[in-house]
Amino acid sequence: MSETLSRRKMITRGIAAATGVAGLIAADRIAGAYGLIPPDSGGVWGPGETLTYAAQRLLMSHHSMAREFNRSDVSKAIPVSGEPPSAGQYKELLESSFRNWRIPIDGMVARPASFSIDELKRMPMSSQITHQACEEGWSFIAEWHGVQLSHVLNLAGVSPAAKFVVVYAYDGVWDSLDLADAYHPQTFLTYGLNGNELPTRHGAPLRLKVARQLGYKSVKFLSRITLTDSLKSVGNGKGSISPDYGYSWYAGI
Amino acid sequence: MAHSTYIPEVAHEANQAQIAHRVPLLVRLTHWTFTLSFFGLAVSGFAIILAHPHFYWGETGNILTPPLFSLPLPTMLGGPSGWGRSLHFQSAWLAVVSGLLYVISGVASRRFRNELLPAKQEFSLGALRSCVADHLRLNRLVQDDGYNILQKLAYLGVVFVAFPLMILSGFAMSPSITSVFPWMVEVFGGHQTARTIHFFLANLLVLFLLAHVTMVALAGFTSRMMAMITGRPAARKEMQ
Repeated sequence: MSETLSRRKMITRGIAAATGVAGLIAADRIAGAYGLIPPDSGGVWGPGETLTYAAQRLLMSHHSMAREFNRSDVSKAIPVSGEPPSAGQYKELLESSFRNWRIPIDGMVARPASFSIDELKRMPMSSQITHQACEEGWSFIAEWHGVQLSHVLNLAGVSPAAKFVVVYAYDGVWDSLDLADAYHPQTFLTYGLNGNELPTRHGAPLRLKVARQLGYKSVKFLSRITLTDSLKSVGNGKGSISPDYGYSWYAGI
Repeated sequence: MAHSTYIPEVAHEANQAQIAHRVPLLVRLTHWTFTLSFFGLAVSGFAIILAHPHFYWGETGNILTPPLFSLPLPTMLGGPSGWGRSLHFQSAWLAVVSGLLYVISGVASRRFRNELLPAKQEFSLGALRSCVADHLRLNRLVQDDGYNILQKLAYLGVVFVAFPLMILSGFAMSPSITSVFPWMVEVFGGHQTARTIHFFLANLLVLFLLAHVTMVALAGFTSRMMAMITGRPAARKEMQ
């Protein structure tokens, strides 16, 4: 009696385990097809990163807006982490007030182009007063002025096959966004902060602003934008330089 | 009966009674996966704090604003704590899955109602006083008639108040989640307040863990551990 019961139990458990494994494999395939697997999904932290990214992409609307504040909420002073790039090329651009600075947008676009700061400023200006939290734990509220990245992407004509926007900076930092965040209305190419020009230490002449992710995703000192369908052959293959320092590619946390 | 010594294999009746008090497999399983995740969360939480051991009240806070309080630690001790974040979220997933399984099974099996919901008479001043007095004298720590009122309140508080608040205050720090559910941060009054409350709750839960392990040790460490591993307490009583 108890033997048959335990055998039945074992068979049931066996079937449950097999279903579980098959389910996991199927889930992995589906997640891959729908872009729910982050580029840094390998390694020991892969399961957590993938669950977080997939859950947020599935449960969150692509157009949910980060909270906006009033001008009176703007932080009086903003701490800065990191120094402006020391590379000679950046110094020259800075000394000439970025007159010769242009940002190319290339890769999987119909009309590769490059823009000067003045050209970007002539595009429709958007502003946002949002809260930015650093990975370390501190935070501030600031008003950012710039052009929506989606506007520039549309000018360049993104190929339907493209999946990521990769950005490069003069300090060697590079990072990438999926299209959900790249086309998000609060994702800016910013050239102004709190009603002024973007200060050098805050990323002049142009800084990415990604309102729904931690501060380190808002890459400073931009030098190039490129579109790709795969991050595997870009840099370390993990979508960003951040994983090299232990930080995740996706910082929506 | 309660204090009798027996060998389960031969004492059939005692065995039957014991089965009724067996710790269910799902409870044991989730207890240990949760233990693992709790350590992951505690260690990584501390690593995250090391990057910025200052706490604030309100929406914003940084080195240019006065903190509510600071831990006596240097800023960025141990360098960037990226691994801390990764371990924290990986552990959080394990904790949430284990916790949900535990809570759902506890509600479905009526375990919470039968074992943890206090009866009205347990709230009487006399009953509370005698229970507290017992604890202070380390009396009657092993009871076969279920949990006492302090245990019930502690477990209910941890499961249904502290952990949900922990998850909520964690969500409140996510710019992505709060873009969909702004109330999650607004209910705390700001991002930094949520962070500070998250820290206070973490301390409370670590204190609960210390009390929990102390009580287990006082009640008979081997027997309690066996109960949580095999489902049955060890046959030998450690405390009379």
